[in-house]
Amino acid sequence: MDLMSLTALELGRKIKAKEVSVLEAARAALDAVKSREETLHAFVTVDEEGALAQAEQIQKKIDAGELSGPLAGVPVAVKDVMCTEGLRTTCSSKMLENFVPVYTAEAVINLQKAGAVVIGKTNMDEFAMGSTTETSAFGATKNPYDAGRVPGGSSGGSAAAVAGREVPYALGSDTGDSIRQPSAYCGVTGLKPTYGTVSRYGLIAYASSLDQIGPMTRDVSDCAAVLEAIASYDPKDSTSVKREDYDFTSALTDDAAGTRIGIPRDYMGEGLDPEVKAAIYAAAKELERKGAVVEEFDLGLVKYAIPAYYVIACAEASSNLARFDGVKYGYRAEEFEGLHDMYKKTRSQGFGPEVKRRIMLGSFVLSSGYYDAYYVKALKVKALIKRAFDEAFKRYDCILGPVAPATAPELGKSLRDPLKMYLSDIYTISVNLAGLPGISLPCGMDKAGLPIGMQLIGDAFQEKKIIRTAYAYECSRGAFPAPKMI
Amino acid sequence: MSKQYETVIGLEVHVELATKTKIFCGCSTAFGGAPNTHTCPVCTGMPGSLPVLNKQVLEYAVAVGLATNCTITQNCKFDRKNYFYPDNPTAYQISQLYFPVCRNGYVEVPSGDGTKKIRIHEIHMEEDAGKLVHDEWDDCTLVDFNRKGVPLIEIVSEPDMRNADEVIAYLEKLRMTIQYLGASDCKLQEGSMRADVNLSVREAGSTAFGTRTEMKNLNSFKAIARAIERERKRQIELLEEGRKVIQETRRWDDNKEYSYAMRSKEDAQDYRYFPEPDLVPIRISDEYIAAIRARQPELRDAKMARYISQYQLPEYDAEILTGTKKLADLFEATVKLGSAPKEVSNWLMGDTMKLLKEAEKEPEDISFSPENLSKLIGLIADGKINRPTAKAVFEKVFAQDIDPEKYVEEQGLGMVNDTDALKKTIREIVDANPQSVADYKAGKTKAMGFLVGQTMKAMKGKADPGMVNRILTEILNE
Repeated sequence: MDLMSLTALELGRKIKAKEVSVLEAARAALDAVKSREETLHAFVTVDEEGALAQAEQIQKKIDAGELSGPLAGVPVAVKDVMCTEGLRTTCSSKMLENFVPVYTAEAVINLQKAGAVVIGKTNMDEFAMGSTTETSAFGATKNPYDAGRVPGGSSGGSAAAVAGREVPYALGSDTGDSIRQPSAYCGVTGLKPTYGTVSRYGLIAYASSLDQIGPMTRDVSDCAAVLEAIASYDPKDSTSVKREDYDFTSALTDDAAGTRIGIPRDYMGEGLDPEVKAAIYAAAKELERKGAVVEEFDLGLVKYAIPAYYVIACAEASSNLARFDGVKYGYRAEEFEGLHDMYKKTRSQGFGPEVKRRIMLGSFVLSSGYYDAYYVKALKVKALIKRAFDEAFKRYDCILGPVAPATAPELGKSLRDPLKMYLSDIYTISVNLAGLPGISLPCGMDKAGLPIGMQLIGDAFQEKKIIRTAYAYECSRGAFPAPKMI
Repeated sequence: MSKQYETVIGLEVHVELATKTKIFCGCSTAFGGAPNTHTCPVCTGMPGSLPVLNKQVLEYAVAVGLATNCTITQNCKFDRKNYFYPDNPTAYQISQLYFPVCRNGYVEVPSGDGTKKIRIHEIHMEEDAGKLVHDEWDDCTLVDFNRKGVPLIEIVSEPDMRNADEVIAYLEKLRMTIQYLGASDCKLQEGSMRADVNLSVREAGSTAFGTRTEMKNLNSFKAIARAIERERKRQIELLEEGRKVIQETRRWDDNKEYSYAMRSKEDAQDYRYFPEPDLVPIRISDEYIAAIRARQPELRDAKMARYISQYQLPEYDAEILTGTKKLADLFEATVKLGSAPKEVSNWLMGDTMKLLKEAEKEPEDISFSPENLSKLIGLIADGKINRPTAKAVFEKVFAQDIDPEKYVEEQGLGMVNDTDALKKTIREIVDANPQSVADYKAGKTKAMGFLVGQTMKAMKGKADPGMVNRILTEILNE
């Protein structure tokens, strides 16, 4: 039996029943990584020694009855944007190639408390800037369904590791599309929670007001269980929200009756690949068949979301990434003359082109004389987008649409035209601007055998509604086919 | 100088707040720890770390704002000020630009014969930077982040001051107010209060402002006064020569009594301020403001007036005693223990000030307790020790905070109240000094003083001079 083909909850149950030991599960993950990494390159760092040591500890706790949760003993991969004490955390950048954090991110601590065994850190677009994982300083990750294609990004390593059965589940982070889009490209289920649900403490910031950590899993049940484990109110994160309810798994009922679903017409028009479009409508039909009420509506403002997003995200990024200056940690240029030359050379050499592009864009929009015209205006657009969603959620429980305009592109085709790449975020980006939860799950394959993803967007703090609807759809769909390489 | 000039001055005052922990993390603000021992991932700018506002900082800022007649910004926010420098580990300072916590206040300061209103433009909260230490031995610069994240408020005045006296009066007023609130100790020398002086000159009668310069590195009131005078002259000389004042930041060197240009406006950085996304906006409720207002302690002007009316102190005493919070607190605590107000005031303004001056110390450095001062005053009032003894005992109280009752007992300094013994001694003195007795009887009152002195000497100072006088007079007139 390939333990890594099990979902996280299935493997957790076997560990609990003592059919599988935690060490066996960890070894199975490490073996899978060894055999598939040459093809996928989903990981930046594999922590074999650490994983085996954790496995032993966790087995002891399970045996002693101290750990009994559904994820106890199950291996996990963590996107390399979350700090892990003693384990290098690179953000897939030369800048942090040898950076070893002194503390662990809150979300990872929560997982460790639930008994997770961290196998390693996954590849990503450098500092989470990109939609293909090709901007990684350590080489691109490949899509398990077609190694000639990208896994999406920026959490492409996490998506590929889960789809490629290297680990049952992974953590990703989502600023514009970074959990949902790679999930769609790799046929996995990914959820971006409501802003403030998962602590950002220890998440190396790209755009602070938009970043959220979330689960990337094999199915909706795992997604709910992992979200339950990582979500918490954290006083160390001022934007963390004390929610009334951290129970997400109780929404796992196969029931779509009466659920009101809106499909934005603006998401289904020009630019959307016909095969993706057909798959979304087919999914809508299926939900309708199960009793959901589906209708199309005009969300509005969609074309303003991308410029607003790139202004806000790049502005914050230009400031967030300023601390990587060669003074305290990370890369420092070897030769320089004086302080300013050290700054310039360190940052010129340490950052890749996409990161530099966004830092420059962000610095520009915050410059004196441009601030009101760009940044302040973008914040106004953000507020209007939130209002448009508020209006929509008066009428609907969920908004259904595509995740990306098309399935995974071929490697090497996207970075030549960054604007086109930015435009591919069109269906996901407003969700971050409005701080809403969104789930991406597979809803079919195109002719080339590549997964197609659908997205369900919920109102703030209504994760349960999108989990329930996604689960109802998944129950009809059945298990999504594994990549042929497995 | 052919024309008359007017000096226009505005101040930016930074005050380090007296919180126990830093503004955005739980690290200690204690001064003087080994380098980088009061640090954590937040104040060293580690990737992924996040700031959380120390609520005490807001409370102090609002308290200072209320005490300086400001409007509190009930929806206030933090902004990031972006710049690269090694003492700034995140490469941005969390400060307030768009919605500072307090705005539109004023304080009244003595000016000439009356008082003058100095308006406050705003007060904002921000974090201090780390400290760079140059290592001469290895020829490299090291960074100490202990100070990084120590909370500051910056108080920005309007350009309402016209001379150094007004500037000093304004600073004294701020210092006193903030000390009374307990929000800071406001020590210029130690840097817990720092003032940058913005100064321009214009022809008398003109309403337009001249080009201003900003002066930094002013570490005492004296340095501020000297720098203002020097900069005023420099600007007037430039104008008289037909040259222009350049808008620039200058650094004062108090030893050379000279300032030099640090950077001109053209080199000014674009700080690219924007709202700090890691902190949520602060909503300050009416109740919060009311609660702080209710907790405001009595400030200096009110206290001074009360000392005059309640304790019947002369205005001079009241002014000195309320001049530092330490003295005022000590005064009130001692009076509360039952000592006579004027007597307490005399000890504080007389011997205490004298001893402080000798030790080159400030009132803040006083280490004796109100209990021991009160006991000392009690010993005099009860006639247990005389004044000369009391002065000697007070030196011990001042230096080591000894218990004067015990000390007097142990050292046997108590006065001899045995009238018979005293009479016996006086008779011996009188018998031994017939010439003085004759002088006294001949009307030379000086002789009386000599005899008293001889008696005190014989009694080793432990007699009440009044009683000696009385008995001596009796015996001489027998």
